[in-house]
Amino acid sequence: MHDETHNVIELRCADAALAAAIFAAGPSTIGGVVARTEAGPVQECWLESLKSLLPAGGPVRRLPTHITDDRLLGGLDLAATLSVGRPVADRGLLAEANGGILVIPGSDRLSAAIAGRIVSVLDLNEVTLERDGLTRRLPASFGIVALDEGRLDEDRAPSSLRDRLALHIDLQGLRLTEFLADLFVREDIERASHEHPAVSLSHDVIAALCEAAAMLGVASLNAPILAVRVARIAAALDRRAIVSADDAATATRLVLAPRATRLPDAADETPPEQEPKLPNPDDVEKPAEPEGKALRDMLVAAARAALPPQLLALLKSKKSGRSRASSAGKSGARQKSPRRGRPVGVSRSESRDGQRLNIVETLRAAAPWQSVRRRERSLAEVPAKRRLVHVKPDDFRFRRLKYRAETTTIFIVDASGSTAVQRLAEAKGAVELLLADCYSRRDTVALIAFSGRGTETLLPPTRALARAKRNLADLPGGGGTPLASGIAAAGLLGEAVRRKGQTPGIVLLTDGRANISQDGTPGRARAEEEAVSAAHKLRASRTAAILIDTSTKPQFHAARIAEAMGATYIPLPHADARTLSDAIKAQMDRRAP
Amino acid sequence: MRATYPFTAVIGQDEMRLALLIAAVDPSIGGVLVFGDRGTGKSTTVRGLADLLPPMRVVTDCRYHCDPGANGSGCEECQQRGKTGPLPCETAPVPVVDLPLGATEDRIIGALNLERALTTGEKAFETGLLARAHRGFLYIDEVNLLEDHLVDLLLDVAASGENVVEREGLSVRHPARFVLIGSGNPEEGELRPQLLDRFGLSVEVRTPSDIATRIEIVKRRDAFEQDAAKFAAEWQPESEKVRNQIKSARAHLSSVNIPQEALEQTAALCVGLGTDGLRGELTMMRAARAFAALEGSSEVKISHLRKIAPSALRHRLRRSPLDEGGSTARIERSVEEVFGA
Repeated sequence: MHDETHNVIELRCADAALAAAIFAAGPSTIGGVVARTEAGPVQECWLESLKSLLPAGGPVRRLPTHITDDRLLGGLDLAATLSVGRPVADRGLLAEANGGILVIPGSDRLSAAIAGRIVSVLDLNEVTLERDGLTRRLPASFGIVALDEGRLDEDRAPSSLRDRLALHIDLQGLRLTEFLADLFVREDIERASHEHPAVSLSHDVIAALCEAAAMLGVASLNAPILAVRVARIAAALDRRAIVSADDAATATRLVLAPRATRLPDAADETPPEQEPKLPNPDDVEKPAEPEGKALRDMLVAAARAALPPQLLALLKSKKSGRSRASSAGKSGARQKSPRRGRPVGVSRSESRDGQRLNIVETLRAAAPWQSVRRRERSLAEVPAKRRLVHVKPDDFRFRRLKYRAETTTIFIVDASGSTAVQRLAEAKGAVELLLADCYSRRDTVALIAFSGRGTETLLPPTRALARAKRNLADLPGGGGTPLASGIAAAGLLGEAVRRKGQTPGIVLLTDGRANISQDGTPGRARAEEEAVSAAHKLRASRTAAILIDTSTKPQFHAARIAEAMGATYIPLPHADARTLSDAIKAQMDRRAP
Repeated sequence: MRATYPFTAVIGQDEMRLALLIAAVDPSIGGVLVFGDRGTGKSTTVRGLADLLPPMRVVTDCRYHCDPGANGSGCEECQQRGKTGPLPCETAPVPVVDLPLGATEDRIIGALNLERALTTGEKAFETGLLARAHRGFLYIDEVNLLEDHLVDLLLDVAASGENVVEREGLSVRHPARFVLIGSGNPEEGELRPQLLDRFGLSVEVRTPSDIATRIEIVKRRDAFEQDAAKFAAEWQPESEKVRNQIKSARAHLSSVNIPQEALEQTAALCVGLGTDGLRGELTMMRAARAFAALEGSSEVKISHLRKIAPSALRHRLRRSPLDEGGSTARIERSVEEVFGA
């Protein structure tokens, strides 16, 4: 990352500043910004400069990732309700942010459930509150600044949210010193925010943006729709009444390029089936007319220049481009995070440790008795001390939460040459059985493979088990065995899983015959030493693990790794589906508190 | 009032649009599930449906907007009032109610009216979303993120057509017949299989890959955002046409003939695919009949069955959880076998 040339860094800094300006000129128009960043001065500086561009007095709210529904959407204001003696609604954070912005630090840890609530508010520009006996529609039009602080590539904000936020920028590796130049002042922004809706835009630009999106493999139509809006704002910022090619290029760089799932091939002409030749009933101009095509090519070139080098390398390595944009399938699992638990109703029982009072249900229980109790009390009490709402211990209702430990099983599959082809097939078969098991437990799974081609996370934590199966089936075998990097990758992923409040479990399928060390040099002795030490590290993280020995004649290699990892050792020849499944279950149970 | 994107201006997504129109013609179809890619206009299309629905006749002052013509199937109050003479009535728009994520159970099924209880000590029932959706549509975006027990509850009520509330000393039952529409993205988790097959129709939506279509979608979206009123006006005639289509389809739905041959072939298809129970066949016949009515046909034809089979059956196939979404292909193969290529 640090070998980037000075120019590239400069360009990224300029883009970060431009993104802030575009956002400030139309926060709710473009949904918002996702910034990949580390907590630190660069992030703070960028955020401050962004805030300085916003109209004065607009609300700026921060959304903690562990927010509860009553604070997010709103609910009953208990204090007010009790003091006035009738239900009073409390606005949630989303309604409070109306007309301003919402900052989400650590958006990579946001659950799909919360993201889903935010996204539906973004779509409608209002909060539809149906909670605690209250029905309200509250205006909520705001822009979001999502700060992705995850360390791994897979640690991203839920894809539903990313899809709705137009600008995706990367602040990582930027230096503060190059960051200070202010491109715009608040007056520019204010003018642009009034003028951008009136900026005109030719159909050629729309067509070119759509084609560029297609060439970059961006599937969601929200991307070109947002790019059109961004192009308008970019034009307004530059005091233009018509969107120019440069504005379209800006939109491509900030909206489309970061979503790319494949590399645009300049030589690759539009494939024939994509050429629009059917006479569409509605006046569709041919997008491929010469001028439009030149514009498209220019946009694609702009996108190519803006692709971060890591992404470029990654896209190059997989020609067809497995959809990265869809990688956040992990999210489903988190909707019932153990910290929140699943509310399964209320109980009347006495409070046991840590049970939370369900205030609304308690009030409901107390409500019918108010007039009776008021009458009783007024005889006994001094008028000054009279209570507005009479609640007795008998009315107390408690939330019943069903806790369920969320488990993410990380499969690491050794796809090296030493695992002979038919053994690999067998190992895959075993994993498929285990996957079926995970399905019945509603677990999340992740898949890492290592082979001569290196270590690759084939699937970040997800519940889309069909995808896991497909990726597994596509897995080619061959080459050396970089066991140490495989184990290390699993450890890292396990750590990420733990940060999300879930419990990781590791299933490693290997013959244990490491022959490539972590820096990529071949050599059995060193590779094995490294593998053992990586395994030791994993043990230190106290992650439950199982090692399935895939060698034809089990030898000490794999057993030694298993011991170092503190893993249960199962040689595959003796393991049928049942044994494997039972072993995994036993592990899960051991981990359960 | 927020401007809604016209249903008729949605491009492509024929399967989804047809399924929604079928549900509008015959609400007994049992709900529509729309699953698929992001940014395909799922919720836009569902919300656009509201404008197309011909208004309905309701009993004046009835909080469940009962049908004045339905003898005995109205709420208790209407049945009482009906004994003394004809009920006063008026027209009202068909409700399309959004059930937002984060809604609490009390607001869904209805509960003690807190305000009246606290201020006057009165024990009154406050209706929930189910009452509001009676005779209309209940829409849940991201249905796969809704708590399972709430989805259960909704499907129970949708199946029985009645909401029974027994809580806080209240004992209320009222009719709640609505078309449940759920949409979601399978990446965020699948719907449980036992919930899946209780939806009548299940539709898969995909992002169109054809460039010309994609460009047209973005253009229309842009035109709508630039001037929503003008855009809606441009589509008004088209919407009027579809509204009349729904009206006339409803009128002659009961007279659409289902030939014996169609029944036999549907049964053969379902047996061939190994769908569980009779629900698949029933839904398929109903959907085909509504489709025929929409097309102004007096008889269910093979072409209707063919088109409707995937939506009616794809979520009823027995399959391992690890199967790819190959259900559609399997149905198409069986359709070829039964109906001929």
